[in-house]
Amino acid sequence: MAVLDIRQRTGWLFFAVIVGHIILISAQVNTRRGVPMLEAVVFGAFAEVQRAATSVVTGVQDSWNNYFALQQIRRENQQLAREVTEMRVALQQERALASQTRLLQQLLDLRGSLSLSLTAGNVTQSTVIGGGPSPAFRTITIDKGSHDGVRQDMAVIAASGVVGRVILPSLRAAKVQLLIDSNAAAGAMVERTRAQGVAIGTGSDRLQMDYVPSSADVKAGDQVVTSGIDGIYPKGLVIGQIESVRGGTGDSRMIVIKPAVDFSSLEAVLVVLTPPAAATDSSRPGVQPGTPSPADAPQVEPSTQTTHDEPPAPEPDESGDER
Amino acid sequence: MKAAAVLVGIALALALQTTLARFVVGGTAAVDLVLVAVVYVALTTGPVSGMLSGTVAGLIQDALSSGGVIGIGGLAKAIVGFLVGVIGQQFIVTAALPRLVMLVAATAVHAGIFMGLYVALGLRTFPSPWQAMVGQVLGNALVGMIAFAIIEATPGMIERRRAGRRVR
Repeated sequence: MAVLDIRQRTGWLFFAVIVGHIILISAQVNTRRGVPMLEAVVFGAFAEVQRAATSVVTGVQDSWNNYFALQQIRRENQQLAREVTEMRVALQQERALASQTRLLQQLLDLRGSLSLSLTAGNVTQSTVIGGGPSPAFRTITIDKGSHDGVRQDMAVIAASGVVGRVILPSLRAAKVQLLIDSNAAAGAMVERTRAQGVAIGTGSDRLQMDYVPSSADVKAGDQVVTSGIDGIYPKGLVIGQIESVRGGTGDSRMIVIKPAVDFSSLEAVLVVLTPPAAATDSSRPGVQPGTPSPADAPQVEPSTQTTHDEPPAPEPDESGDER
Repeated sequence: MKAAAVLVGIALALALQTTLARFVVGGTAAVDLVLVAVVYVALTTGPVSGMLSGTVAGLIQDALSSGGVIGIGGLAKAIVGFLVGVIGQQFIVTAALPRLVMLVAATAVHAGIFMGLYVALGLRTFPSPWQAMVGQVLGNALVGMIAFAIIEATPGMIERRRAGRRVR
């Protein structure tokens, strides 16, 4: 118990006694400003303690606010992230609506710009609701049928050009044979030289233009439009652009057309409810003087045949074959 | 037992101090019997006892003094008791001269601390502090030497008286 023996710690005891006396004296003596010395000293010392404690508390508070309280910020961040995601989805929906609106506007513009008899009363806007069941048959299904006035062999067009023709209308839907189907064809004309021929589907994403006069000036890059002689497609609709002319000159040359319509992204189309009468060259409006003779123009059978070796018949095939 | 004896001695010193003070001419006590008692305790028992006895005696003396600051006397006597106790352990101070020197030095230190603190704190002024200090030194030295002699002779005298009674 030597540690607790006060006699063994004389120095500490002396120090304690002296401090005790100083405290006792300070409690009774005032400073020059009239404040008790003990109070002044204690207050001064305690103020430092308070300052240190405040610093610690402030540090802890700052740490809490800057780090631990960030849990709230994290929740807000997650909430904001969710809202951003929702807004992105909504934006995509709005963009889709805007795109659809633009497409419809283009269709309206197309309907208004056609110089033929395509007025608001003889065309109807339709939406593509399905594609063909087999890649061998290039068809789509639209949401308008006989109930809406859609009949067989009516032309179906899009903002960018010719799509195809109706081959099987039902009450509220219709099957449309695309122009690229291997059994499809349309009366065509090179816009630049007015050289006429027949645009025939190949089953791929390209068309072939046959029955072009051997003397006709045709070259790659020329735009091909409908000639209107098939009685299905109104005259002047864009079919596509000549991609290549192969095989030299004359009847043996092969003219490949790149369709103007992107058939893989069709959404809305127009159905021409009133088929135009088969046009003759003399009756077609807008035919430029010096264009190729109509005698050279082939007769197109809109319903298409299985072989393209023979010129198509001038009248549409009411049976509308679909293989 | 030793603590009780110390307390009794300090009490007697305080009683004598308060009793004799009124007989001093001019009312100024030139002799501090309490300080003498503290010095004696410190010399005979050591620094701790001397310091504690000085603390207790000084505080009581301060408390009994009117208008003073409680603690200044206690501080002065505690320091003196501690120092005297330390020196008493380091040197042989049983002879008369060393004790005289110790009494003189202790009284001077006590007066210096006491009056110095009062002056430093601006609580009192002493018109002639050196004169008062010298008076206390002489008075304490004289009374102290006599008191030490009486205290140390008392047990022998009592023993001799008891022995004489037995012979008779």
